[in-house]
Amino acid sequence: MRPLTLGRLLLRCGILAVILFVVVVIALKLGAVQVSLYGLGRDVIRVLLGQSSAISSDYGMIVVDIRMPRILLAIVVGASLSVAGASFQALLRNPLADPYVLGVSSGASVGSILGLMLVNQLALSPAFAGLITPLGAFLGAALTILVVYFLGRRSGQIDSTTLLLGGIITASFLSAIITFLMSTLAGSNLKGASFWMMGSLSTPPPHSLLYLLIFGFLFGAGVIYTTASDLNLLLAGEIEAMHLGVDVPRVRLVVYLAASFLTGLAVSVSGSIGYIGLLVPHAMRLIFGSDHRMLLPASALGGAIALVIADTIARTVVAPSELSVGAVTALVGAPFFIYLLRRRLA
Amino acid sequence: MSTPHRMPSLTAKTSSADQPYGDPDVRLSVEQASYVYAPNPSQAPLFTLEALSFQAKPGEVVAILGPNASGKSTLLKLISGALEPLSGRVFLNGFATHSLLPKTRAQRIALVQQESRLLFPSRAWEFVLQGRHAYGGGLRFETEVDVTIAKNALAQVGASELADRWMDKISGGEKQRVILARALAQQPLLLLLDEPTLHLDIGAQVDLLDSLRRLAAQNRYTVVVVTHELNLAGEYSDQVVLLQKGKCLRVGSPASVYQRDLLEQVFQAPLTVEMTSSGRPRVTLLAKK
Repeated sequence: MRPLTLGRLLLRCGILAVILFVVVVIALKLGAVQVSLYGLGRDVIRVLLGQSSAISSDYGMIVVDIRMPRILLAIVVGASLSVAGASFQALLRNPLADPYVLGVSSGASVGSILGLMLVNQLALSPAFAGLITPLGAFLGAALTILVVYFLGRRSGQIDSTTLLLGGIITASFLSAIITFLMSTLAGSNLKGASFWMMGSLSTPPPHSLLYLLIFGFLFGAGVIYTTASDLNLLLAGEIEAMHLGVDVPRVRLVVYLAASFLTGLAVSVSGSIGYIGLLVPHAMRLIFGSDHRMLLPASALGGAIALVIADTIARTVVAPSELSVGAVTALVGAPFFIYLLRRRLA
Repeated sequence: MSTPHRMPSLTAKTSSADQPYGDPDVRLSVEQASYVYAPNPSQAPLFTLEALSFQAKPGEVVAILGPNASGKSTLLKLISGALEPLSGRVFLNGFATHSLLPKTRAQRIALVQQESRLLFPSRAWEFVLQGRHAYGGGLRFETEVDVTIAKNALAQVGASELADRWMDKISGGEKQRVILARALAQQPLLLLLDEPTLHLDIGAQVDLLDSLRRLAAQNRYTVVVVTHELNLAGEYSDQVVLLQKGKCLRVGSPASVYQRDLLEQVFQAPLTVEMTSSGRPRVTLLAKK
């Protein structure tokens, strides 16, 4: 009997953080302009210490102003999607739940687009767009998961297969709406339909918004983390959880809102990048077990690592052109989804 | 409600503060409790559980007995506080079970369901530690005391050697014992079991009920078991609540409830009832002519 201790939790997270650091340094190095690995390691530490001015200017611009924001964005988006995926899996008691598969990302995309259109229509300052799009994305995500949840219910019980079908159909319906909005109402700052449907990290937001994103992620993930041990029991079923002392309605509401918020946050800046929320929590469960006190932080760090790697592949394999990062994650994620589905049916 | 200094034993709590009024000997008191399932208020109800009453003391085993659709599970939900009675009340040490906060309820009432579905595999000891959830905050890590209590609970049901096994790799009887251990780790006053013998071999059924009897006596739990097994209820319970189609027909000792014509009418099967030397009724089913 070896229950999880704070020390073991921090040690494991520390190891993942070191891996993330190494991945970030490698991702910074790879690209059209060559920079030395040693110099990069040193400069990343300088940035972390707030001494960016000490970095020499020749490649400082490339590293700090071009590659770094994109990698930071990958970290926040990957972490948000993974934590949202792990939360939806617990909330819906379905190991195949993922913001993308359930259509929640598409809902967030529609919300973002509507938000952007609203900003255009009202001719608000572009600074507003940074706030309105995440808000629209959150509302879109929250509304979609609600619809999918009710589609997935059969005689009061969540039916796993119906839930997935409901999610996939909802996603396809919302994609049609995205295409429609794109072709009829495209405004000046609406990104392309492929951005919303496949996702991309190629246009990182300005620094100020990036900090806001990081703060938003920490807030949303922190809220979910307060329910981590409740989620462990919720997996067994609502009646059982209630009898073990879980305030089921409260936990459900908190996790539902916070996971929708995280999905909205990620989608509003990167479109719908699929399967991260499915792949990463499963991989972390294999390594660390299914205790959410460990799983949630591990998923956050693992999601960051996975998406930084995926995005590095997306921008380097067909250089000087670029793949959509959603295509990279789908190439790995879709077969994995099929594998999980087959194993469940077996 | 967290009491980290509690002695690591599984004995039910007997604090006098839990007893605001009423007979101190009575722990569970069901008072004219009824319930109605209806799709909406204007339509005819799908199922009605008519008002019924009974009381149980610490250390007592109560069997809720009846055929399918007699209202056994509904009654259990009223007792556990999962449902609020339409009329009447269910009191545990003088507190209405329905209005207990989730954590308080989990510290006083433990429920063992027919089977526990697992989404992701976990080890038996992790499963038993879940019973300690109600004794900590949202994110707390299990203490030494929790681990000791979980180990004791496993030992009490004779499942210590299962601690490191995976829950999906053990037999039905072993799983049922681990689930019971989790309930014991909650240190409840009231232990509820919903058809605990349903998927068990006869040997495992007797093992389970033997340990229930022993635990109720040792730890002063009040035990309520829902079952349709006539002989197991007759052999192991102190009190039988006999239900049929939402009506409570009889409450009393097995010897007083087990009457041939009554049971034949409730269970729709010809049978005979005889008394054994221990004063327990034994039911034999006869073939229909």
